Amino acid sequence: MINTRQLAYQYANGPQIKFDDLDVPQGGVLVLSGASGSGKSTWLALAAGLLQASSGSITVAGQLVGRLSKTSSDAWRAQSIGFLPQKLHLSAALSVHGNLELAQWAAGQKPDDKSIHQALAALGVQDLSERKPSQLSGGQAQRVALARAVLFQPQVILADEPTASLDDDAASAALTLLLATAERLNTTLVIATHDARVKKHLDTVFRLFLGVKLASSPINTGIISYKNNSLISA
Amino acid sequence: MKTILLSWRYLWSRPLAAGLNLLLLTLSLAAITFVILASHQINRAFERDLAGIDVVVGAKGSPMQLILSGVFHIDAPTGNIPLASVKELMLNPQVAKLIPISLGDNFRGFRIVGTSHDYVQHYSAKLADGGLWLAPMQAVIGSQVARQTGLKLGDSFAGSHGLGSGGESHGQAGYVVRGVLAASGSVLDRLILTSTESVWQVHESDTALDAEDQKILEEERELTLALIQYTSPLAAVTFPRFVNATTEMQAAAPALEITRLLSMLGVGTEVLKALAGVLLLTAGVSVFIALWSAVRERRADLALLRMLGAPPRKMAGLLLCEALWLALIACLLGMLLGQGLMALLAWALELDKSISLGAMAWPMEMALVPVLALGVAWLASLLPAWEAYRVSVFELLQSR
Repeated sequence: MINTRQLAYQYANGPQIKFDDLDVPQGGVLVLSGASGSGKSTWLALAAGLLQASSGSITVAGQLVGRLSKTSSDAWRAQSIGFLPQKLHLSAALSVHGNLELAQWAAGQKPDDKSIHQALAALGVQDLSERKPSQLSGGQAQRVALARAVLFQPQVILADEPTASLDDDAASAALTLLLATAERLNTTLVIATHDARVKKHLDTVFRLFLGVKLASSPINTGIISYKNNSLISA
Repeated sequence: MKTILLSWRYLWSRPLAAGLNLLLLTLSLAAITFVILASHQINRAFERDLAGIDVVVGAKGSPMQLILSGVFHIDAPTGNIPLASVKELMLNPQVAKLIPISLGDNFRGFRIVGTSHDYVQHYSAKLADGGLWLAPMQAVIGSQVARQTGLKLGDSFAGSHGLGSGGESHGQAGYVVRGVLAASGSVLDRLILTSTESVWQVHESDTALDAEDQKILEEERELTLALIQYTSPLAAVTFPRFVNATTEMQAAAPALEITRLLSMLGVGTEVLKALAGVLLLTAGVSVFIALWSAVRERRADLALLRMLGAPPRKMAGLLLCEALWLALIACLLGMLLGQGLMALLAWALELDKSISLGAMAWPMEMALVPVLALGVAWLASLLPAWEAYRVSVFELLQSR
């Protein structure tokens, strides 16, 4: 669940960017589309509590982001938000298993092999757990990165350009996987992208896509709620 | 996963950089270990051989040479002194104990020392085999002599003239080994001891033309020097002055001369220390560069860890831990290498029949090595850790 009210961010020595109010229900999908530099990254950073809104509010997973201290913001982010970065950023020094252990270390959790195995198995990559990232194919690496993002079963997944630098088939597979994972865990999914294929893919999956041009920002948001196999526009 | 384990994996994910830094740190710490050990061991070796000898009386010349030749047996003596003069000194009330030393011959580079049983007792040396000499031409050999020459109880050997090996051989005058000393770590280990009379006998029978000539030689008998212990410490003030002023001999205080020698060696030690310091500084800078470039290289990884919820201090701790790993391994390797170098030096000195440095030691000053290692690692990782601390996650979202 994500709600924003009069959310705005003031860049240091730069323009202010205002975002339209949004209400994304739990399990919904939010697409942020727009050209590079349109404010997608800023919105993601605000949602993850990495930046402070200059005015307005944003509530993510029931938490009013920006009200947290720095330390508790880190802990909250670890538990509530799964992040799938564009370049995946799997650590080359560690095995697949080690990379998921690394996430547990970062979150200050005790090592838990069982949940690592479960997360890998859910994405069909449990057999690769001893491999190094350099020994994985692009698709396998993406599955591992997604397994890392959902390791703590977060309420929100932030996916940053998940289809960039993928060919059509791979992009389609990546999105299908992402949507299936989000549905399985009833996670709110946010996809920030400037790739037109994402919108097209979601159109064919849901046969409905609401694109709204935000008044003061060049971002288009498409919000799709997906509940009990029926589609409700937000 | 523990920070310690993770930093270990990160360290060795760049094996070349880690290996080179380890090498640099190890070498500098080994150099420091070596300097500490060498000065400690040399001091100790001097102290041990010096034990209880208050003054050395010998022929006029360099006092330092007198001490080096008479106490440590690593230099040629200044000359000889008449036996009669030494006998007069023995009557001096300030002299508690007088050990005569006669030098002149060697066997395969080991000095043959004519002396009294007091010399053996002075260093509390124990016999490993046989007994002390009871008659002229009986010899007691040190443990190192026994080991290196293979001489055993009952063997006979002939000394050769001079103090280094290869002098003219006293063919007809054979010594018999009557005892072998147990290793004591003192100067006795590398000496062949015999009675003063033996030394006289060897040289007189070599040079005397007939019985009458022999008698003249006997009247002119000499010693090389005498080691003296005072009855009271007060004698240190008056006795050397008395000897130097009223006799043709000189008295040299070993403690004084050794202090002088060590202060001369000290310059060398200081230079070595400075060199090791420069090496350590280089190692520190190298570790810094490696960590700094690691942070730069792993910026995105570190940002991701922040995104995954790791607090900034955990990032900084990771970097610090990586440097401390290097320090720890380098410290262990460096101390081992330093000890190895020391053992090599001791071995070379033993082969050279020079001063014996004794067994491996871990003096208190060695604590400096880990302190330096950890200090350098800590300093080198400060700035990189700070950089890791303030790594911005937002950059990760913008790295297009």
